[in-house]
Amino acid sequence: MTVTETNAPPPTGTSPGTTPLVEMRDICVSFGGIHAVDHVSVDLYPGEVVGLLGHNGAGKSTLIKVLSGAIKADSGEILVEGEKVEITNPRDARAHNIETIYQTLALADNLDAASNLFLGRELTTPMGFVDDAAMEAETRKIMGRLNSNFKKFADPVKALSGGQRQSVAIARAVYFNAKILIMDEPTAALGPQETKMVAELVQELKKQGIGIFLISHDIHDVMDLCDRVSVMKNGQLVGTERVEDVTDDDILGMIILGKQPEKAA
Amino acid sequence: MTDTASQATTSPKKRGFIETLELDTRLLGMIGAFILVCIAFNIVTDGRFLTARNIFNLTIQTVSVAIMATGMVFIIVTRHIDLSVGSLLATCSATMAMMQTAVLPGWLGLELGSPLIAPITIVVGLLVGALIGSFHGYLVGYLGIPAFIVTLGGLLVWRNVAWYLTNGQTIGPLDETYVDLGGISGTLGETGSWILGLIAVLGALYAIWNGRRAKIAHKFPVKPIWAEMLVATVIIAVILGFVWILNSYQIPGPRLERQFEARGETMPDGYTAAYGVPYSVLLLIGVAVVMTVVARRTRLGRYIFATGGNPDAAELSGINTRLLTVKVFAIMGALCALAGMVASARLSFHSNDIGTLDELRVIAAAVIGGTALSGGIGTIYGAILGALIMQSLQSGMAMVGVDAPLQNIVVGAVLVFAVLIDIIYRKRTGAV
Ligand SMILES: Nc1ncnc2c1ncn2[C@@H]1O[C@H](COP(=O)(O)OP(=O)(O)O)[C@@H](O)[C@H]1O
Ligand SMILES: [Mg+2]
Repeated sequence: MTVTETNAPPPTGTSPGTTPLVEMRDICVSFGGIHAVDHVSVDLYPGEVVGLLGHNGAGKSTLIKVLSGAIKADSGEILVEGEKVEITNPRDARAHNIETIYQTLALADNLDAASNLFLGRELTTPMGFVDDAAMEAETRKIMGRLNSNFKKFADPVKALSGGQRQSVAIARAVYFNAKILIMDEPTAALGPQETKMVAELVQELKKQGIGIFLISHDIHDVMDLCDRVSVMKNGQLVGTERVEDVTDDDILGMIILGKQPEKAA
Repeated sequence: MTDTASQATTSPKKRGFIETLELDTRLLGMIGAFILVCIAFNIVTDGRFLTARNIFNLTIQTVSVAIMATGMVFIIVTRHIDLSVGSLLATCSATMAMMQTAVLPGWLGLELGSPLIAPITIVVGLLVGALIGSFHGYLVGYLGIPAFIVTLGGLLVWRNVAWYLTNGQTIGPLDETYVDLGGISGTLGETGSWILGLIAVLGALYAIWNGRRAKIAHKFPVKPIWAEMLVATVIIAVILGFVWILNSYQIPGPRLERQFEARGETMPDGYTAAYGVPYSVLLLIGVAVVMTVVARRTRLGRYIFATGGNPDAAELSGINTRLLTVKVFAIMGALCALAGMVASARLSFHSNDIGTLDELRVIAAAVIGGTALSGGIGTIYGAILGALIMQSLQSGMAMVGVDAPLQNIVVGAVLVFAVLIDIIYRKRTGAV
C-alpha cells in the first residue's frame, strides 16, 4: 500500500544520535483551573511511531493540539528538526509538514470528500478558480489506495459511514507529504478490517521516514505498532518507555496507577 | 422516456427520471410553488396577473430584495444573521441621494446632469455599504458579539443615521442616468433584449458543454445526451420566453411622444416600442452570476460553506474564520448599497422610509429559497426565486384587493409554513 511520493530521507529508525523530528518541551495548558497538560515533554524521531496512552481526559488530545496549532500552550517550547518554532495556528503546523487526524475528524459535513481533503489547500485552475474536477480525480487516486471500497465521491461526507469518514480524514493527512503525522484515535470508528488497513498504513509511512504520534486509549492497538510509548495521567507524563523493555501489564500499571514500571533486574 | 433513460445510462441500476436529469428536487418544488401562485392569482384576477405589464412590474419590484437576498445566503450559510439590511440600504441610499443632489453639484461644483455624477455616487455608495458591513463583520468575527445583536443594533443605528443625513426629508429628483438603473425608465429595448437573450442562451449552452467536457476528461460518469438536451431546451425556453414577455410590454404612446419631444423630434405615426429587459434586471443577473461563481468556484465560497458546515473543522484547516466573517458582512453591505441604488432609482427619489421591513423580506427570501438557518446550505438561485415568490404573493394580493394588514399576515404565515415544509423535506430525503 504505497501512499504518497515523498521527499523524506530514507528511514533511519530511532538512532539516539540523530536530531528528533519534533521535541515538545515542558508544555503546559490549562483550561480555567484544570491543568489539562502539566509540564509534559515528548519527542519523536524520523521513521518512529510513538504511542500516547492514557485514560479519557488524560490530556492526550490537548497535548497534540498544541503541536497541530489548534491550541496555544501557556508555556513550553516546540522544536522541529532541532530548531525552535512558533506554532500559533494550524497553518503554521502545516507549513512545518505536521499533519493531523483529529479525534473529531474535523470534516465539514456539508462538503464532499474532495472538498474536505483539499480544504484550505484547494487546487486551482490557471484563472484562480477552485478546480473541483482535478481535486476529485486526486481524491479518487488516493482513496483507491487507502480504501478501495470508497465510492461516494459526489455525496457530502455526512452521508458516509464512520469508517468512510475516517478514511477521508486519514487521506487528508497523508496526501500532503507529511513529515510528522499525528493520529488521534484513528481507529475509534473502524471495524477490524479497516483497523488492519490503518495498521498497514502506519507501517508503510514509517518506512518512508515519517514520524508518527499515535494516540489511543487501547494499549493493544499501540503495542504492536509503536517503537516507544508515552503514558499520560491527569495531564502529567507518567513516563516514556521503549515497547521491547516493558510488558502490557507494565503499561497498564502506568495508565491506571500512574506508576513507573519496576525495571527487571 | 424512463426506458430510454435506463438504456442510455451506463449504470446497471435503474434510475428515476428526475435523478437521471440530475435536477435538484427542492428547486423543482420551488418552481412548482411559484407557478401555482402565479396561476392562482391569474385566475382570481381574470388574467390580469400574468400580463406582460404585470410581469414587468413584478420583475422590477423584486430586484432590490433579490440582490440583498444573495448576500444573505452567505450570511446565513456561515451561521449568522443580518437584521440591519433594510436600514443599511436606507443609509446607503441617503448617502447616494445627498452625493448627487448636494455634495457633487454643490461642494465639488459638478454641473447637475453631468455624466460623472452617477458613477461617482454609486462608487461612494458601494464603499459606504462595504465599510459599514465590514464593521459589522469585525464586531461579530473579532470581538465575538453575536450577529443577531450587532445587526439588531445596526437596524436602529443605520435607519436613523439615514434620517440625519437627509434631515428626514425626501430627496429628489435624482440624477437622470442614476434613475435609469431603477427599472421602468432604463430598459434595453427590443433588439437589445433579444441580443441579451441570445448571449444568455450561448452562455448556458457553453456552461453545460464545458461541465460535460470536464467530467469526460476526468472519466467521471456523465448523464445521457438526451437528458443534457432536455435540460438545455428547458433553460433556453425559459430565457427566451422571459425576453419575449418583457419585449411584449409596449411603452405607452404618450410616454413615447414625450421621449421624442425631449429630443426635439416628432414621433412618426404608428410608431411603437417595447420596454424589453430593464437595466436593473441586468444588474440582478450580473449579481447572481458573480455570487454563484463566488459560491461554487472560488476559495472564498468554499470557505464560506465549510465554515457553515463545521466552524471548528474550517479553523483546523487553517481558514481564518474571523476574517471570513468580515468579508461576508462586507459583501452584504455592498449588496445593500446596490439594492439601495435600485430602490431609490426606481422611485426616482430617496424617501425616509426606504427599505423599511426589507430585512424580513430578505431573510424570508433566502430561507424560502432553501438556505438552512443551521448553516452550511443555501443557493443563490434559490434565494432569488424566494424573493420572486414573496413579491408575487405581495403583488398578487394587492391586485386582488386584500387589505394591507392581511397581506402581511399571509406573508408571515407563508414564511413559517415554508420552513416547516423544508424541515419535513429534509427529514424525508435525509438531505443535509
Ligand atoms: N476546550 C476545552 N475547554 C475546557 N476543558 C477542556 C477543553 N479541552 C479539553 N479539556 C479538558 O482537558 C482535559 C484533557 O482532555 P483531553 O486532552 O481531551 O483528554 P484525552 O484526549 O486524553 O481524552 C479534560 O479534563 C478535558 O475536560
Ligand atoms: Mg482525546
